[in-house]
Amino acid sequence: MRFVDEFRDADKAHALAARIADLCEPGRQYKLMEVCGGHTHTIYKHGLEDYLPEQITLVHGPGCPVCVIPMGRVDDAMALAAEPDVIMTSFGDMMRVPGSNGSFFDAKARGTDIRMVYSPLDSLKIARQNPDKRVVFMAIGFETTAPSTAMTVLRAANEGLKNFSIFCNHVTIVPAIKAILDSPDLRLDGFLGPGHVSTVIGCRPYEFIARDYGKPVVVAGFEPLDILQSIYMLMLQLANGQSTVENQYSRVVPWHGNVVALRAIGQTMELRPYFEWRGLGFISHSALKVREQYASFDAELLFSVPGVRVADPKACQCGEVLKGVLKPWECKVFGTACTPETPIGTCMVSPEGACAAYYNYGRLTRQRVKEATRS
Amino acid sequence: MTTGHLDQPATKDAPALARGSAGWVADALREHDEHERREQEAQDTGHVHRGSPQPLPGTVREELVLERIDRARRARPRVKEERITMSHGAGGKATQTLIEAIFLDAFRNPLLEPLEDAARLQINGSRLALTTDSYVVRPLFFPGGDIGDLAVNGTVNDLAMSGAVPLYLSSGFILEEGFPVADLSRIVASMRAAAQAAGVQIVTGDTKVVERGKADGCYINTAGVGLIEHETDLGVAHARPGDAIIVSGPIGDHGITIMLARGELDIEADVQSDTAPLGGLVAGLLAQTTGVRALRDATRGGVATILNEIATAADVGVMVSEDDIPVRDEVRGASELLGIDPMYVACEGRLVAVVDSAHAASALAALRAHPLGEQAAVIGHVTDGPRGIVQLKTAFGGTRIVDLLVGDPLPRIC
Repeated sequence: MRFVDEFRDADKAHALAARIADLCEPGRQYKLMEVCGGHTHTIYKHGLEDYLPEQITLVHGPGCPVCVIPMGRVDDAMALAAEPDVIMTSFGDMMRVPGSNGSFFDAKARGTDIRMVYSPLDSLKIARQNPDKRVVFMAIGFETTAPSTAMTVLRAANEGLKNFSIFCNHVTIVPAIKAILDSPDLRLDGFLGPGHVSTVIGCRPYEFIARDYGKPVVVAGFEPLDILQSIYMLMLQLANGQSTVENQYSRVVPWHGNVVALRAIGQTMELRPYFEWRGLGFISHSALKVREQYASFDAELLFSVPGVRVADPKACQCGEVLKGVLKPWECKVFGTACTPETPIGTCMVSPEGACAAYYNYGRLTRQRVKEATRS
Repeated sequence: MTTGHLDQPATKDAPALARGSAGWVADALREHDEHERREQEAQDTGHVHRGSPQPLPGTVREELVLERIDRARRARPRVKEERITMSHGAGGKATQTLIEAIFLDAFRNPLLEPLEDAARLQINGSRLALTTDSYVVRPLFFPGGDIGDLAVNGTVNDLAMSGAVPLYLSSGFILEEGFPVADLSRIVASMRAAAQAAGVQIVTGDTKVVERGKADGCYINTAGVGLIEHETDLGVAHARPGDAIIVSGPIGDHGITIMLARGELDIEADVQSDTAPLGGLVAGLLAQTTGVRALRDATRGGVATILNEIATAADVGVMVSEDDIPVRDEVRGASELLGIDPMYVACEGRLVAVVDSAHAASALAALRAHPLGEQAAVIGHVTDGPRGIVQLKTAFGGTRIVDLLVGDPLPRIC
């Protein structure tokens, strides 16, 4: 299949893997963070880690937008959905994220009208078809999905739709990366920068990482060869003692981002002073809310949102796992209080989260490591 | 209740915090503490670390954690949800738990226990297969078929997978008030045609009408009886290391067709459902070779779910190769766009066969000799281990684990 198979060529992968191995200094361990959940998915789906030498560890970053939504926000969304005449619409991957009283799926089973959509524009369609209902879109995601939410709000405003609003949970990636960089026990050597986010914000926002923190960044695409090449580029910088921002995904990511998309976000949304992230706590200026001008589309103002805060359980050490300080099994609640069926922290929520992956496949991974060291 | 943006860690929300601390989190943490305490006690009373507790070496601690997970996995399945969710019907982990914890627990008997597609009964020297299935597909009519031929083929296939020749079917209709009679006639006509093609007769039935809104147009249940003439005792538990795993054709056609036919995605592709009766294909296969250990039709949950059932039931490993799994370009393309994996997408006219490797070539030839098996392929093998785990050699050259999904495959945004 065109545009797919050429980025999954095993021969090219072997060649890249050999070059990556050549760049490893003997005795040195490398921890590279892939920021984006999409990268984690690719790495897992294609078994990409099989190509990496044992010295390189990939740390799965905070870039899974559904996993970082704190429990309290999920609870708020459920309260919204339970209001009379409300139809809540949501992306599919949000459906299984647990609040303190189950997930959207569970709420749906209790009779709440929650519908899965592929695009916020589908929510608009539902709003038009159900003029006697109040349709709320559960807006989640980084700068990747924020423009489509913004465009939807603009279109709703244009059409004068009165029964549509958004529950805005959009977050921004840079403050989260900064929070990780500022942590005193940071153990990361470099970053695979988020590809889709960068199509919107461009590569410039990452310059501080290279300049102020001395860590190389390579904005990476989502096919497996994209990621291997990006790892190679990171390793090359590390070998040469450099730290700059490079763009591997140049076929999609313009250095300066997408001005039209940024403008739409800027027109409809503004930064919140604080926002809570599951596992990372409160991070300043890390999320977006609807601008006052578009208040009639802001579900947080139209409805009475409980604003319940459900603190991450103290024993949850997601933050440390995210930062690569702890291995999943070293977390205090791993495998007892926190399991894939009853996940507490972000790393367990997504099947690709570091903890969920370890819970399901940890024994196998160990076995493989053992076999590899024996041979 | 507060209205407006909750932007900061408000200090006034202390009671809210207490209220918000999820019950299950508290329970889970209690469970965890209990665990810790017991492990500590065991350590304290054990001969290794009497006196001041010393931290265990990393590898030992990791092993303890892994053992704890294994214990939890072996524990009796329990339905934790208070209500049925859509996941319980998706064919994955949630369905499995529901079946084992609720149905098997209540009805337990040796005929039910193998949880095969059909029960095998011995009556006066004859071996019969008995099965039932309900059909609730939406839309009722889709490219390549409709609920009518699906209801016949699905049950015929469940019989065929137990090695039986399908003979008689029942059909029960649940109709919603207001359902067009013309549609019903169309459905019944296609059932008649499908029954004829499969060589079965529909010999008994039932009709119920429910009020508008109590059903989605038309639901059909069919049950079927077949005669097992071969000596072979088929079942996924019979899989042995070294066995070949064969699929009878391209996977995922039906599921993708249905997703696109719902018209919610604005994606068009030239695919149609693969719904077909597999009795003939199976008869040909069993006539050619004695090496068949198990047959399953890859419906809900797709091929991935069948492979997991093999690995679990036979306590073996399974290794398949992505390059060898036939998937149509249209299905692959749609799956890439939707962010789902064709391995989990339903088929309605494809089977997975576990075959003694010595007979793999003749089994493949027998399947390919039939029009429904022309694109049959060996996709992998049963392995010694790791037990209970299905692995996929990716086209990219890596390996990954193909686990059971909890519920339906969900589209991803990230």
